[in-house]
Amino acid sequence: MRSWTFTLVAVVAGAALFAASRFIQNDYFFFAGYVVLQYIVLSTAWNILGGYCGYVNFGTAALFALGAYTSVAIHKLYPIPIPALIAAGGAVSAVVGLGIGYLTLRLRGAFFSIATLALAVVIQTLITNWDFVGGSRGAYILRPNTAPLIGNYIQYLFLVMLVLAVASIAVARLIERSRLGYGFATIRDDEIAAEASGVPTLRLKLIATTLSGAFMGMAGAPLPYYVGYLDPASGFSLAYAVNSIAMPVIGGTTTWVGPLIGAVLLGTLQQWVTVTISSAVNLLIVGLLLVAFVIIAPNGIVGLVRPLFARRK
Amino acid sequence: MSFPLDLLLNAIVAGLLLGGFYAAVTSGITIAFGILDIVNIAHPAFIILGSYIAYIVNTNYGFDPIVVSIVMLPAFYALGACVYQVYYLSFERRGQEALRGLAFFFGLLFITEVGLILVFGVDYRYVEAIYIGPTLHYGFVDLPLRMLVPCLVSLLLILLLQVYLTRTFMGRAIMAVAQDQEALRLMAADPIRIKRVAFAISIATASLAGAFLIVIQPVEPSVGREYIGRVFAICVMGGMGSLPGTVIAAMLLGVVESFTATFYGPSWAPAVSFGFLLLTLAFRPAGILGR
Repeated sequence: MRSWTFTLVAVVAGAALFAASRFIQNDYFFFAGYVVLQYIVLSTAWNILGGYCGYVNFGTAALFALGAYTSVAIHKLYPIPIPALIAAGGAVSAVVGLGIGYLTLRLRGAFFSIATLALAVVIQTLITNWDFVGGSRGAYILRPNTAPLIGNYIQYLFLVMLVLAVASIAVARLIERSRLGYGFATIRDDEIAAEASGVPTLRLKLIATTLSGAFMGMAGAPLPYYVGYLDPASGFSLAYAVNSIAMPVIGGTTTWVGPLIGAVLLGTLQQWVTVTISSAVNLLIVGLLLVAFVIIAPNGIVGLVRPLFARRK
Repeated sequence: MSFPLDLLLNAIVAGLLLGGFYAAVTSGITIAFGILDIVNIAHPAFIILGSYIAYIVNTNYGFDPIVVSIVMLPAFYALGACVYQVYYLSFERRGQEALRGLAFFFGLLFITEVGLILVFGVDYRYVEAIYIGPTLHYGFVDLPLRMLVPCLVSLLLILLLQVYLTRTFMGRAIMAVAQDQEALRLMAADPIRIKRVAFAISIATASLAGAFLIVIQPVEPSVGREYIGRVFAICVMGGMGSLPGTVIAAMLLGVVESFTATFYGPSWAPAVSFGFLLLTLAFRPAGILGR
């Protein structure tokens, strides 16, 4: 399928999903759906760097929370519509992503991963000590009751996140089929050989960290409006970091389908377990699934399913 | 801002004591990451596990936490050997340690933390021992015993490890496996067995470090996360795989953190260590001693 056809199909699928969901009267569906869609964006964003280039980012929570706190800061100064906030949050996280990449990507891969862990704590400490956005007390955002055209505000947030999810998947798929994607794949498979063949590895990696960071920030930007109250502990929760790694790994890291499958399955499962059992158990399940999949099925669900299709041809 | 002399001296002493403890926490990473090149980000989780074992035995039977952790060394050694075996079979042998090995250790870290939360909850736990509480005074310098005892035992541990690595046959084999695994294989030594022993030792140090941790401060399951950046910062600053370098870097970080906590407030302390790590990675990746 050509890239523009794919994008068209993705947009139509998204529109159909939203149109169908309008028939659902229960607000809980939109609250839960928002979280699943948010994880689709996060895991697709993580996969651009982690899956395509093979660089593990543990700092998803930091880039995500930066987007959210950009929204809080702007909201305190002068409230602007959510799409503008998303652009601002994405820009801030993209710059930070570029910065961290620039500082560490000339070193071996493991250093990048450790640096992202460190980044998460540095940014969390800065935000905790920054009184303007609430510091450790957290910040309250009053959510409007209605949104223009859509009506119900949670449905509006759901639509915003749906658009982001479609956009991130379209971009991921576009990258996969482009020169950029092949460049990323050479870095993942053998960085030294790629460098020797003239692939501009550092520049490609910087593009990947910037793009990945931008989508994480965009996913975070509507968060203050969704939760209504944001404090550093919840914004920087390790759950975001572990989920954004577990979902692509469980789904399969080499294609755009993997993070989508992983996020939908794991996201839904988590919603279900959180409601029926407890949120601590839900995180335990994610951890166990992550370890089980990396050991037993290193190529994820996509890797398990693909041979079935290949045989049928 | 003025720096009164007594406050300054106390901050330096507290930092050095803290640094001694950090050295014990990092020694495991120095072996696993610095020497064996295994990015064991789950190490702090094993340390917290050590803290909780010391806590359980101490509350139920009243044994000294550090003695308990020494008794538990073989158990942690066995745990480390098992983890390495799984790691080797699943990732290292297939050459997939980069992405999936990291995800594996991240998963382990997470499982340990959430498991402890499910069993013990998020309450802070602490231990009882005779050296927790009293403080030695020399002039206007305070030496709290709860910091001094872990620091001294930790330096002893590092000394023993250093003697083991440089004077015994197995220790030298471990240093050799870091340099050239193939050459070792040509000399009819089994690099996998040597690495398993080394990794098991690195996890065994977590038992002791865990006991030190719970002696120094109350512990809850997610405390370990703060130590991830700290231990890697110290390991990299210390020159990757050098135990003397680890001690120097740990003391340095301890003093800087203690200064920050004394003069700017404790809420800034974590950012200092992590900022240190970022700067080290960016400008001096070979560490302060260089290689």
